Amino acid sequence: MAFNCELKTINAIATISVSGELDRKAAPDFQAKVEEASKQDITALVIDMKELEYMASAGLRVLIFAKQHMPNVTVYVVGAQELVADTIEKTGFNESIVMLSKYDAAIIEKN
Amino acid sequence: MPIERIDVHPTHKYESFKLRCGKPYPFGATLVPGGVNFSIYSSLATSCTLVLFQKHAKEPMAEIPLPEEFRIGNVYCMVVFDLDYENIEYGYRMDGPNDFQQGHWFDKTKILLDPYAKLIGGRDIWGVTPDWKDVYHHRAKIANEDFDWENDKALEIAPEDQIIYEMHVRSFTRSPSSGVREKFRGTFAGIREKIPYLKELGVNSIELMPIYEFDEFENSRPNPETGEVLLNYWGYSTVGFFAPKAGFASTGKLGMQGDELKALVKELHKNGIEIILDVVFNHTAEGNENGPYISYRGIDNKTYYMLTPEGYYFNFSGTGNTLNCNNPVVRGMVLDCLRYWASEYHIDGFRFDLAAILGRDPLGYPLSNPPLLESLAFDPVLARCKLIAEAWDAGGLYQVGSFPAYGRWAEWNGKYRDTLRKFLKGDTTVGDLAQRLQGSPDLYAPSGRVPATSINFISCHDGFTLMDIVSYNYKHNEANGENNNDGGNDNDSWNCGWEGPTDNPDINALRHRQIKNALAMLMVSQGVPMILSGDEIGRTKNGNNNTYCHDNHLNWLDWTLLEKNADLFKFFKDCIAFRKAHPVLRNPDHFQNRDYVGSGYPDISWHGTKAWYADWSNNQTIAFLLCGKHAKQGLVEDNYIYVAMNMHWETQWFEIPGLPSQKQWKIFANTGANSPEDSWEPGTEPLLENQNGLLLRDRSVVILVG
Repeated sequence: MAFNCELKTINAIATISVSGELDRKAAPDFQAKVEEASKQDITALVIDMKELEYMASAGLRVLIFAKQHMPNVTVYVVGAQELVADTIEKTGFNESIVMLSKYDAAIIEKN
Repeated sequence: MPIERIDVHPTHKYESFKLRCGKPYPFGATLVPGGVNFSIYSSLATSCTLVLFQKHAKEPMAEIPLPEEFRIGNVYCMVVFDLDYENIEYGYRMDGPNDFQQGHWFDKTKILLDPYAKLIGGRDIWGVTPDWKDVYHHRAKIANEDFDWENDKALEIAPEDQIIYEMHVRSFTRSPSSGVREKFRGTFAGIREKIPYLKELGVNSIELMPIYEFDEFENSRPNPETGEVLLNYWGYSTVGFFAPKAGFASTGKLGMQGDELKALVKELHKNGIEIILDVVFNHTAEGNENGPYISYRGIDNKTYYMLTPEGYYFNFSGTGNTLNCNNPVVRGMVLDCLRYWASEYHIDGFRFDLAAILGRDPLGYPLSNPPLLESLAFDPVLARCKLIAEAWDAGGLYQVGSFPAYGRWAEWNGKYRDTLRKFLKGDTTVGDLAQRLQGSPDLYAPSGRVPATSINFISCHDGFTLMDIVSYNYKHNEANGENNNDGGNDNDSWNCGWEGPTDNPDINALRHRQIKNALAMLMVSQGVPMILSGDEIGRTKNGNNNTYCHDNHLNWLDWTLLEKNADLFKFFKDCIAFRKAHPVLRNPDHFQNRDYVGSGYPDISWHGTKAWYADWSNNQTIAFLLCGKHAKQGLVEDNYIYVAMNMHWETQWFEIPGLPSQKQWKIFANTGANSPEDSWEPGTEPLLENQNGLLLRDRSVVILVG
């Protein structure tokens, strides 16, 4: 399934919604959106993965890249499907981000 | 705007592929701007073709011959541009002479695995039956080698401070009783879930049995009794030295085994635990003249294998072939490999299987100054890694005490294992025991080697578990399907009165006591202690001392034993904590057997049932006293420690040597007492009532601290 990603920023919280399959060909699109978000003045970056079916190692690297380039921003991954959530956890990346099963305003918007 | 280099664009074309001559280093497949650099060595190939597959495809999608102008010396190197490198697999066809007696086995109908492959496909999920008609079973893949280590680096724990736990990745968490989530069982990610357990036990180093790519289906055959498939479970048969086994990763099917293993190493380091890899450079999975073509045989047979003058494979490993380790090219491969694991995976150390082979020349003669061992000992990247040798091989070369060490190598001390097992049944002189407890100075001091040279162990993956050492007199390997002919016969074990499982409470109590005796002596010995995973909970393999082929409960750790044998776990935990609390047990140098700090006590003194008088003629009773002021050669002050051992069948009274005034003896451990009073958390030890002596029941060990 084709990859799609969209960026919306509200009140210093950037949300990138991703859908389809995030493989090596799609990763540059995702990376471009992350870079765009990083130029804004945000406190949190939310990656909405509810519609993401598959993430390869290239996609994982964009997430890590995001965290490295925005050290003062909390990165949330919301709604990751089982296979995607497993991959994040098995490679240890879950230690650097906050994984939530759904968008929880109380946590994300607390700033 | 930076000006582009003038040498990174394509210069050749083949079908739709854009190519140019590559760089010879590094060997293997490396990502370069615009494409992938492939590099492979062969001293005698007359042609080389790169074969490309779409991932998992049956047939190749392209075969690109490397033109002569892409050869630098004996290295073929080529850059292929615009490759979808995550989704392809690659191999080589090589042509050249085929002459058995000369040792040449070139065959261009075979597709060969790159010896430097960093990831290998074909066995992505453990135990899934392969397609036997596959033209290329073990397929090289191209890895993203980046990883966010943050501040991680090798822990560099002092050699004498190590406490090693030997384990098998799959065995550790495969059983549902492990409580690990199903998808993670038997994998690197599964070990991460058990890090809290390892921390509670207190070990600070885990030694993993082979984790590079091997073929679990090698020699697979049905169990004659049960019909289940017996596999190459332990993995002492390398397919790819540079690639972590996909089947040991829960993300193996996604090709992310590299990331998963690195995440494990990072987490272990965060928790103060080192990781040592068991590496098998003595042979490969290609076997002898009847074995398959996987890699080396078709690339450069004569360079990589030790061959007889008639062209047959020397078999010093007992498995079919022997890697030609002291050939300069092979030596380079071994160094590149270990440097790769140390730098890319932050590995803390290596244990070399059948390491005596690493000291043989191409015709098998033992060398007094083997170039490979010397190179390893002085290598700049490996300088702080632990190097541990299993200092024998299957060709009769036994080098415990004489392994060429260059001041760096440690050894699995087989004599420690033999002496301690014999002592447990009263079968060896206490003089021999005394040497082992001191870090085997008889073996190592004359050549200036320190106590940490001696890796002390009583059990390991080869042979009985600790519980089985005290439950069986004889091996029971019928389940291996070799008529109980496999496995060693010199187990030095004693079943405590009955062969195998029993309801008799006295025998079971004696077995637990013997296990504690063994562990207590191990933890107060100078040198480096190593325990076998599961011994701390009384793991049994039902008397099988060679479970190399079992993918079942015989190998999978049964975590229900943690509750059943809680007394053992508590004892192990307390003893490990005791060792960590007392530097006098972990000296960097050997004892001098005299008082050199003026405390009034020698650094170590020996006693028997009478204080200050050891009876060296008996096989059952002995004790020693360590002077706390001599800890770490007098640099640190520690408590005095007294250890008494009674392997007699009757209770004995031991007179205890006196301490300097103001100090009093407290009792840390008494295996003769019932749990939980058999050991105490260090710092909570109770005062010994009678400071002059105490009764040790039959077959028990007491440790006092003052």
